[in-house]
Amino acid sequence: MAEPLLTVRNLRVEFPTRKGSLVAVDDISLDIAPGEVLGVVGESGAGKSMTGAAIIGLIEPPGRVASGEILLDGRRIDNLSYDEMRKIRGKEIGAIFQDPLTSLNPLYRVSKQLVETIMTHMDLTERQARARALELLKEVGIPAAEERLDHYPHQFSGGMRQRVVIALALCAEPRLIIADEPTTALDVSIQAQIITLLKRLCSEHQTAIMLVTHDMGVIAETADRVAVMYAGRIAEIGPVQDVIKRARHPYTEGLMGAIPTIGGRDELLTQIDGSMPRLTAIPDGCAFHPRCPKAHFKCHTVRPDLIGNAQHSASCWLMESGAAGGASDTAGSEGGR
Amino acid sequence: MTDALLKVDNLVRHFDVSPPWLNRVIERKPKSVVKAVDGVAFEIGRGETFSLVGESGCGKSTVARLVVGLYNPTAGTLEFDGMDISSGTARSRNRGAQRRMQMIFQDPYASLNPRWRVIDIVAEPIRFNKLVDGDAAIKARVGELLEQVGLSAADGEKYPHEFSGGQRQRVSIARALAGSPEFLVCDEPTSALDVSVQAQILNLMKKLQRELGLTYLFISHDLAVVYHVSTKVGVMYLGRLVEWGETEVIFNAPRHPYTRMLLDAIPDLEMSGRSRTPVAGEVPSPIDPPSGCAFHPRCPLATDRCKAEAPKPVSVGAAMVACHAVEEDRLPEWHG
Repeated sequence: MAEPLLTVRNLRVEFPTRKGSLVAVDDISLDIAPGEVLGVVGESGAGKSMTGAAIIGLIEPPGRVASGEILLDGRRIDNLSYDEMRKIRGKEIGAIFQDPLTSLNPLYRVSKQLVETIMTHMDLTERQARARALELLKEVGIPAAEERLDHYPHQFSGGMRQRVVIALALCAEPRLIIADEPTTALDVSIQAQIITLLKRLCSEHQTAIMLVTHDMGVIAETADRVAVMYAGRIAEIGPVQDVIKRARHPYTEGLMGAIPTIGGRDELLTQIDGSMPRLTAIPDGCAFHPRCPKAHFKCHTVRPDLIGNAQHSASCWLMESGAAGGASDTAGSEGGR
Repeated sequence: MTDALLKVDNLVRHFDVSPPWLNRVIERKPKSVVKAVDGVAFEIGRGETFSLVGESGCGKSTVARLVVGLYNPTAGTLEFDGMDISSGTARSRNRGAQRRMQMIFQDPYASLNPRWRVIDIVAEPIRFNKLVDGDAAIKARVGELLEQVGLSAADGEKYPHEFSGGQRQRVSIARALAGSPEFLVCDEPTSALDVSVQAQILNLMKKLQRELGLTYLFISHDLAVVYHVSTKVGVMYLGRLVEWGETEVIFNAPRHPYTRMLLDAIPDLEMSGRSRTPVAGEVPSPIDPPSGCAFHPRCPLATDRCKAEAPKPVSVGAAMVACHAVEEDRLPEWHG
């Protein structure tokens, strides 16, 4: 793999409360190379958005990065001051959030918001910035961009608004984009448009993208690699094909089985009983063991780290014995080393 | 079909969204009307699951609300087991029909009263319909219902905030079952839930259907979920059904260009390398829908006739389709 653009090492995010610290993100390590899309998938409360927020330095106090480091192009960015981080945010790292209505200011024209962002990060005159804003709107595929530039956000539809948000994230040509559920609020047909757009931008500009979503379908289509998160930790990380077709962690396996598919007409869906533990009550040992059909004695007491090779690994004790999830697959013999 | 539990014919619901009278007079603004549902007809047989699918704003939730009587239709008829429930007066005449249907809503955070204990929430339909007498009997019945949906009877003492999203949706289902209905209208029951919890709820709904012989009207925007649960599917676009029929037929041999577009837009989990065809354009505003066939601005097969004339549904094979291209037999082969 090429030299990673973003490296996260042993990241831990804590929220101090009166009853002690809650650990929202626990010991997460990942890399993203330029031009790569890393999908981060998980259910509500898995800590996926929190990981994204930690990288752009937008964790709301009292939450804080308790330990670990975040390196952008070899430079540590997790311990920068607020002002230094501000310069990086937007310029080096762009962000796209779920709800395009809340990430745009309803009182300003789109042109003003774009020009303002461009001028903050780039040394351009207002006229040049406006020209660039127009270029960006065209790039993200907004029809009649000249006309639309001076519209207010409410005059755009949901899909178009999300395009504006993407244009805003692209203003200063960031090398990394954190996209937090960028298509969740959109209809399927519009979702396909936005995903095609993101993929094109990624390949044309060699932008690295961290795509945070709960939708496995979106990940399957867009991401190169995927990290599956559960209760603040990475359950499994690997190339998207491998993880989807030869899931090694029982959680990933259950998650894949729970997704209804067209064509596969089983009477019932695979069901993972129970729900994700709350942060106040993360079980000992492997956090997934109360819901895991394959849990054995060790899982109740000792927490597994990521086991596997550099490409594909899972934090599951089954990996050790080589009896991991993939065993049900013919290709399972090559898994679980 | 003879054994239809619900018959919907030419159902229409318009909403008046005109500016206030004074503005209309001074600024000469015209009256404007949203045609949320504009001539929908279908039947649901006993024990079936009929799903309505479509993008935001296509009117699918409005149909659900019309069926349970939360809105009154502007025109058209609704018939439940032979009883007329088309208007408020007809409904009060046929209270029996009303009692046999219940609704499950999308957002389990908004549809449960946060100040009530679960036992009171679930007992409300029982008390209202006087199905069981005496507090002890009601309590026993609620416990039974909670166990039926996978909670424990002791959960009745808790408040909604003590439950997760999936558990709350189970409470909503228990409440809907409390009136012993035969027919449930489910408006996006799982779209606020995570996939693993969605699987639990869908499995539960199937189990209940088998055990209690329920009939469902299922509203969803998620085609995969719809495929999984339904026996029949109707695809809606801007207030009209564009194609409806048996699930297998609609999914394996879709005919309407909009159905094909929706199916093409689903992310491919198997990663067979099929490229997803992004669709141009968005759903137009229902205040000012396009002339002729409402789908023509986005349709790859649109002709002048489509711009001028609204297509009538025709029966093709085992499905009903409203499309000129189908009628004129100039539809390309479906790749699926």
